Amino acid sequence: MQTAALALVLARFQFAFTVGVHIIFPAFSIGLAAYLAVLEGLWLKTGRQVFLDLYRYWIKAFSIVFSMGVVSGLVMSYEFGTNWSVFSRKAGPITGVLLSYEVMTAFFLEAGFLGVMLFGMSKVGRGLHFAATCCVSVGTLISMTWILASNSWMQTPRGYTIDPATGRFMPDDWLAIIFNPSFPFRLVHMGLAAFLSVAFAVGATGAWHMLKARRAGAIASEPVRVMFSMAMWMAAIVAPLQILAGDAHGLNTLKYQPVKIAAMEGDWETEGRASELLFGIPNMKTERTDYAVKVPLLGSLILTHSLDGKVPGMKDFPRDQRPPSPIIFFSFRIMVALAFLMALVGFWSLWLRRTSALFTSPVFHRVALCMAPAGFTALLCGWITTEVGRQPWTVYGLLRTAESVSPIVLSSMAMTLAAFVVVYVIVFGSGLVILLRLLGRAPEEGEHNPSPAHPADVLATHTHPGIAGPIPDEGA
Amino acid sequence: MMDFAYWLPIVWAVILVAAITIYVILDGFDLGIGMLFALERDQGRRDVMVNTIAPVWDGNETWMVLGGAVLYGVFPGAYATLLPAFYLPIVLMLLALIFRGVAFEFRIMTRGTAREGLWEAGFMAGSGIAAFSQGAILGGVIQGIAVTDGAFSGGAFDWLTPFSVLCGLAVMCGYALLGATWLVWRTTGVLEASCRKWGAWLAVGLFLCIVAVSLWTPLLHAPYLRRWTAWPNILFVAPVPVLVVVLGLLLAIGLRRGHSGGPFLCALGWFFLCLSGLGITVWPYAVPPSLTLWDVSSPPSSQFFQLVGTAILLPIILTYTIYSYRVFRGKVTEADGYH
Repeated sequence: MQTAALALVLARFQFAFTVGVHIIFPAFSIGLAAYLAVLEGLWLKTGRQVFLDLYRYWIKAFSIVFSMGVVSGLVMSYEFGTNWSVFSRKAGPITGVLLSYEVMTAFFLEAGFLGVMLFGMSKVGRGLHFAATCCVSVGTLISMTWILASNSWMQTPRGYTIDPATGRFMPDDWLAIIFNPSFPFRLVHMGLAAFLSVAFAVGATGAWHMLKARRAGAIASEPVRVMFSMAMWMAAIVAPLQILAGDAHGLNTLKYQPVKIAAMEGDWETEGRASELLFGIPNMKTERTDYAVKVPLLGSLILTHSLDGKVPGMKDFPRDQRPPSPIIFFSFRIMVALAFLMALVGFWSLWLRRTSALFTSPVFHRVALCMAPAGFTALLCGWITTEVGRQPWTVYGLLRTAESVSPIVLSSMAMTLAAFVVVYVIVFGSGLVILLRLLGRAPEEGEHNPSPAHPADVLATHTHPGIAGPIPDEGA
Repeated sequence: MMDFAYWLPIVWAVILVAAITIYVILDGFDLGIGMLFALERDQGRRDVMVNTIAPVWDGNETWMVLGGAVLYGVFPGAYATLLPAFYLPIVLMLLALIFRGVAFEFRIMTRGTAREGLWEAGFMAGSGIAAFSQGAILGGVIQGIAVTDGAFSGGAFDWLTPFSVLCGLAVMCGYALLGATWLVWRTTGVLEASCRKWGAWLAVGLFLCIVAVSLWTPLLHAPYLRRWTAWPNILFVAPVPVLVVVLGLLLAIGLRRGHSGGPFLCALGWFFLCLSGLGITVWPYAVPPSLTLWDVSSPPSSQFFQLVGTAILLPIILTYTIYSYRVFRGKVTEADGYH
């Protein structure tokens, strides 16, 4: 029994680790594919070289990010069965079908046109190439839609009946399954998170090159300025929208998963005129939150938008139905803090624009550089909050995580967990290093001139086996 | 409704086998090219090998994701039984595919540095290990797994037997043959000549493997033997081994006489026949020797909803996949790299 409990912990940790690494890449791809489509569209519309330069600069990063997303995602499509066989047997009739739709409507679309996007600029003509870029971008968005429908169904299941003989979830109403109560909120929140994450990654890249140019006593090139400016527009517009979307998602969670909210807030007693904890350490055993720093009335104000609204406490729910508050109390606060920080940077950029100092303020550029991981960190913290907050269930209120796990022996689980960690550190660590080196090289004006005589020149590194690629370039 | 519940799993079994066949054929030559890195040391020619598949490998691997997803949605009982049963080889395969998949980009991006060798080796070893794991899993399914109350009840290493190892080696050999004949078709000069030579050896190796697996399989379970020898089944199944021999001869002739695409088509034919033969053998079991298709399938409402989408989407997918292959058709040479 003891080893079974440990195997369950390892199965959960393994799944959390692999999905946590994976989620970064699709989020990056969603944002970057949309950015690339915008860049190529602007190039076709205006004919300005700078947009093509930026397209070619970012598509190299995209090809790396995308391939890491593909291989880490392949793991996920089999890990449901390897680690959660009872869950897949019971929920497969619903979640498996949604995943199949994702593969058929999105993955094939992305994969089918990725080759044309990366290698086919001179083979298919501008219009068709732009169409391929758009197909890839739309594919990433469709993919997100299906996987969030599936995930949201696990959080707020609807449209099913449970077969009494087998305990399986039988689909009754597919529209109710897909458009379950938390789906629209999660979709908007995640989509904005992906855009925001990429905005700050692109912004930090621009900031890095402006700082480098300044150190060299030069003015940053046009592509650098344009990428930085575009990224900061995104930050200024999307960050406030994201805060509104997050607030709406929170109200939705309060309605359908009140105990998750109670655990996120570290609240134990249900009360009106509730205060908001800025800090504290929730203790699941003593049912108190230690070292609490409170702001009176703010809790009710945030969660109910009124000063005397009722806010739930964990004591209203049986102990075996409470998610682990200490984790999500902090992940939630980190996410919110980063969101406000990102919005602040966005407003700051607007202020600098007013005084035409956007490209000349080294302080701001340093801040933007430090904010590089802000979006991704917030996104991960958000996912930890919603997924750990779903515990102790896989299908909320219906199927417990402990009852979902596969009959895998502890030794196998421990061995594969170690293998996953080692391989992921090597592969994705290397990927990060390669990506940083690639982005450490400034985009050039007239980057890889387009020419019909040069097939595959979009990703010049692939077709210049004899010529040094971007990394040796950079070292030289 | 009874009829629905009977026919839907059959339709889905056909679709699933088709998806697996497409996957094996498409990713087969990708993985084969990775393994052939062991024989081709020249960097320029290695680049040509990779360039022939760089635009399409991702789509090829998507068929594997589809296979997993269809199993999950339509045959969740099989998904939930087979994946825990083959936990170790599946994880091994996934890790190998990770190394191989990122190596496409990473080997170029690290060119000239000390780490380039790591990704070249990763591409080669990852391809070989993935191919072996797939063969071993296939062999493991054929030899059957221990099931109690519809769930896997065996040990972590049940899958590892001489038979599954033979199947693993057979698939490695077969994928390498697909890779070699693909390169015969898509390249020129020294590389093409080498691939003709390697192709001939690999074809002999694969033929021996096919014979060995074909003789061994019927001995595993009595129903398998009856399927192939009972009258009148024998009338329908006899063409399979005959066609294997005919295609083998055509393959040998094609390689020797300098045919371009012929050998690849013959190798594809072999894979098609082998997978059909395996399908005939294990029918109607999804998890031999105990769970049939109907035991493991999801409710008809799930299968039907998914079938509607598949009927519309699969033809579209095939259309643009073919389009994407057409964009990159023709011989790939080193000159393409230097222009």
